[in-house]
Amino acid sequence: MSWLNRVRQRIPFVAKRDTPDNLWQKCRKCQEMLFTKDYEENLWVCPRCDDHGRIGADCRLGQVLDAGYEILPSPTVKEDPLKFKDSKRYTDRLKTARNNAPHPDALTNAAGSIEGRKAVVGVQDFGFMGGSMGMAVGEAFIAGVDRAVTEGCPYIIFTAAGGARMQEGILSLMQMPRTTVAIQRLKAAGLPYIVVLTDPTTGGVTASYAMLGDVQIAEPDALIGFAGQRVIQDTIREKLPEGFQRAEYLLAHGMIDMVIHRKDLRDRLASVIDYLMAAKQAA
Amino acid sequence: MTSYLEFEKPLAELERRISELRTAADQDDVAVDIDAEVARLEKKARDQLASIYKSLTPWQKTQVARHPSRPHFGDYIAHAFTDFVPLGGDRAFADDQAIIGGFATLDTPDGGVKVMVIGHEKGNDTQSRLKHNFGMGKPEGYRKAIRLMEMAGKFGLPVVTLVDTSGAFPGVEAEERGQAEAIARATEACLNLPVPMVAAIVGEGGSGGAVALASAERVLMMENAVYSVISPEGCASILWRTAEKAPEAAEAMRVTAQDLKQLGVIDSIVPEPLGGAHRDPVAAAKALGKAIADELGKLSGMGADKLRDARASRFLKIGSLA
Ligand SMILES: [Zn+2]
Repeated sequence: MSWLNRVRQRIPFVAKRDTPDNLWQKCRKCQEMLFTKDYEENLWVCPRCDDHGRIGADCRLGQVLDAGYEILPSPTVKEDPLKFKDSKRYTDRLKTARNNAPHPDALTNAAGSIEGRKAVVGVQDFGFMGGSMGMAVGEAFIAGVDRAVTEGCPYIIFTAAGGARMQEGILSLMQMPRTTVAIQRLKAAGLPYIVVLTDPTTGGVTASYAMLGDVQIAEPDALIGFAGQRVIQDTIREKLPEGFQRAEYLLAHGMIDMVIHRKDLRDRLASVIDYLMAAKQAA
Repeated sequence: MTSYLEFEKPLAELERRISELRTAADQDDVAVDIDAEVARLEKKARDQLASIYKSLTPWQKTQVARHPSRPHFGDYIAHAFTDFVPLGGDRAFADDQAIIGGFATLDTPDGGVKVMVIGHEKGNDTQSRLKHNFGMGKPEGYRKAIRLMEMAGKFGLPVVTLVDTSGAFPGVEAEERGQAEAIARATEACLNLPVPMVAAIVGEGGSGGAVALASAERVLMMENAVYSVISPEGCASILWRTAEKAPEAAEAMRVTAQDLKQLGVIDSIVPEPLGGAHRDPVAAAKALGKAIADELGKLSGMGADKLRDARASRFLKIGSLA
């Protein structure tokens, strides 16, 4: 990594390639044209319809962590272990994804603090191959947890993924038990594991680390589920209920603790950490 | 009535002739030359079967793994275990028939080993397939598995799982009751077990619904079973944009026991009877029972921490071999 990139990543502002450059952007939900600067100042939440836009790791870290956080190095993993090729080679798909992304894969960790409380935060970037969970994501998750254990602080994961990365076949599936092993380490150390589910979180990610948090938070209207809606519709051949698999729907069905607006997220995380770490800090 | 897979068709003709000859032999008084002819054809059929099964493609293996006559949970229980005591329900919602479990005694030469056995049941005919929801577990099924695993841990019974599912059930109610959470917790329950755990992929190991019962320190796989992150059809329709490319997807994803052994995802392969487990379910069950008993033997005497560590490092290691 060049010194310039290193410096850039430490700047608590939105990294360049993380966000669109154009002056105006259209809200994906209400189609309103938004002045990019206003949109960004509103944390990429549409001022008109409150849609929580999808954001990458640098953007998220800048919003959640105090200034001066440290981006953790991305672990190296064996690339394209199956020599996978569909209409394109997996290695080519990876190359394209990397050319358009500030980080080498879909999960990036940072160590820092949230309103003064120490935390390691991992962010999945849906923009990188749909946030999909392969070996790099699994390995980064484990590394993030390990750092939290070393620091004696919580691990917070912001999930966003269509599911497992098919191009890594069974090795992507194996990230389900692998990440769960990491969570057990955190639990053995008595440290909090906090999950923030963001839009969208589905498939094998939901069915592993995204559902094992001590506290489960979701962003408003985030799509969260195990099976894809088309698969479900093909199976049951009925219309899906209103709001199905949305954050509020999961809340109503008892699957998560709370739905928190992006502008309140930092404060709420700080407060949750205070409670979960209270006994440890008193000891 | 045997049902033949597409690539078994040459064999179907041979076996039809053998059966015709046998019928003829039964009706007329036995003619010696008919016996000889039957023996000759039977040898030919065996050779043909061996040669077909020696070089199955990943997609053909997928067909064998899904064969309607393939032995399922109930067959393995009947032929490799005794004294099965089914235990029902998740104590919260229902008793899922797609995931069955209970106490059982695994046959061994020295009188048997008491275990907790849990697995997917696909059913063997239309009625039982509907009852068992084709082996597609719902949250209550995974939560029943968690309950039984925890009980096994409490009372020191080793856990044996038989995995055979196309995947966890994709439905509105399953989502509402937390399918994802139930699977995640079941995986966690496997990893937490203070007792030995041996998992066997006996047919289809479909995605998260399989992993939830297969996060064991020893994972066995029947010779013609498959195990994958998504079905070949599902993978093909996403990456190739047509389910017709399923054979290519099966190849690319490396779904066979032989590939998975090489990748370090499974520990050993249990040979199936000639021509697949569906041709001799009893022999298949006995072979699996013996393999499981061998593994349990090797694990016996290991303490809870050692078992958990072995399980954790087994999974953490996966990928470094690839
Ligand atoms: Zn809007």
